[in-house]
Amino acid sequence: MLTTEDCKLLKLIQEDCRLTPEELSIQTGLTPDYIREQIKKWEEEKVIVDYRPLINWARTGVEKVSALIEVKVLPQRGYGFDKIAKRLQKFPEIKSLLLMSGGFDLALLIEGKTMQEVALFVAEKLAPLEHIQSTATHFVLRYYKQDGVELMGEEETPQRLVISP
Amino acid sequence: MNNYLASHVANLPPSGIRKFFDLVATMKDVISLGVGEPDFVTPWTVRESGIFSLEQGQTMYTSNAGLFELREELSRHLATSMGVTYNPLDQILITSGASEAVDLVMRAVLAPGDIVLVPDPSYVSYAPCAILAGASVNYIPTHAKEDFRLRVEDLAKVYSPKAKLLVLSYPNNPTGAIMTREDLLPIADFVTKHDLLVLADDIYSDLTYAGKHTSFASLPGMQDRTLFVSGFSKSYAMTGWRIGYVAGHKDLVAGMTKIHQYTMLCAPITGQFAALEALQSASEAKAEMVEAYDRRRRLMVHGFREMGLDCFEPLGAFYVFPNISKTGLSSEDFAEELLKEEKVAVVPGTAFGPSGEGHIRCSYAYSTEQLQEALKRIAHFVKLRIS
Repeated sequence: MLTTEDCKLLKLIQEDCRLTPEELSIQTGLTPDYIREQIKKWEEEKVIVDYRPLINWARTGVEKVSALIEVKVLPQRGYGFDKIAKRLQKFPEIKSLLLMSGGFDLALLIEGKTMQEVALFVAEKLAPLEHIQSTATHFVLRYYKQDGVELMGEEETPQRLVISP
Repeated sequence: MNNYLASHVANLPPSGIRKFFDLVATMKDVISLGVGEPDFVTPWTVRESGIFSLEQGQTMYTSNAGLFELREELSRHLATSMGVTYNPLDQILITSGASEAVDLVMRAVLAPGDIVLVPDPSYVSYAPCAILAGASVNYIPTHAKEDFRLRVEDLAKVYSPKAKLLVLSYPNNPTGAIMTREDLLPIADFVTKHDLLVLADDIYSDLTYAGKHTSFASLPGMQDRTLFVSGFSKSYAMTGWRIGYVAGHKDLVAGMTKIHQYTMLCAPITGQFAALEALQSASEAKAEMVEAYDRRRRLMVHGFREMGLDCFEPLGAFYVFPNISKTGLSSEDFAEELLKEEKVAVVPGTAFGPSGEGHIRCSYAYSTEQLQEALKRIAHFVKLRIS
């Protein structure tokens, strides 16, 4: 179990992973050495999995297409969801892979350069796989919010008074 | 037309903050650490419920005391958070911000000749409200060496038999000081011995960084002597909604309700619906804001100490109150020169009372990036003046 202090530290790193252990120390009151140790431990335990920026590709002009694919699978004896997922996650086109409750089993977030590329991946790579019963492809039209960050960003910041009691 | 003003209004000194505000307003690209309100926007769930109430056509007056559902929810909230039970029927009054509640307390209990005891430094409106109610003020100095806590010895020194009301405003604006239960107990004895009433302005009570706040009203025998004032502005980032409240003995609340009904009628209804939602569903959002303030608080204290200035660790509100006397400047000169040279606005400690001399109030209700930039500029300014 995480202590409250560790939980706060982890949340702070999640918010801004560029902060150095010294900077984190100032803001949390924990020592830089302790923070370095914890980060190393969390990296080894795969609690901290990776550090990467959140890029809004729509603003770069680079063409990218994403699609959400609903997949129904036929789990068989000795070959459950996890085994299927293990195979699927190897495809670099699949950016996220989730086991779902409800009307279908797996949700896949796929990225490609064009709609054609995504469609071909589904038709040629995904659908023919053993155990896959059916797929339904939903193309993403626009990301409004991703990983908790609002991407629209053009709203005016409300102004506070410069000095108030 | 000044001669038409009533003399007690004409003689009322303008807020020390106002003078500084006018100066800042003439300058561009200023980083201000002078704001006494959260930088967060009201949590979305709270805003959404305000919008929904408007969609439902909830645009009327409420009862003078405020929406009964809100008073009921507040009563439950106060019972859980501070262990004091107030009857929502006649012991809680919803006001237009805690500011109105402070004014109502003063006007309901004070008469000409009465004296109000006010810790110094503290928020700017206690003394003017007391004076407008016909009373006068004795300041109780508090000191940096005691982390700006109110000491009963200092209270006793300024006590007068005409004193009727003691103001307790902890966590404190501008110092960020808190009072623990142990600090409050001797004050409670003093209050009982001298038959005083207490205005407990607990507006920052949710913003504490070393354990839970103890409300004066929760001490043995103190509930009926205490007029408990608080609001939604600081805890839930709802300053513009103007919703506060006062809770206390029903006779005193009835007196305040009379003034409120003739002057304000009721607090804004949209804000009352939003406040209800805040109590019901925004505790997590509140906790996240408190966590963010706590991180910035450490950043600020560290920053000022690195500069070689004395800065006691504030454990409440969102202000640091560093001692700048090493620079050889007065609070006002420091603030004015800092503004002109480095374009950083801070508030001179003296704006909050004479004991604020030698200090500046810096709010940390700003983003970490803004705080870091401001600290950098202040450090440059200070370095040129201390060696």
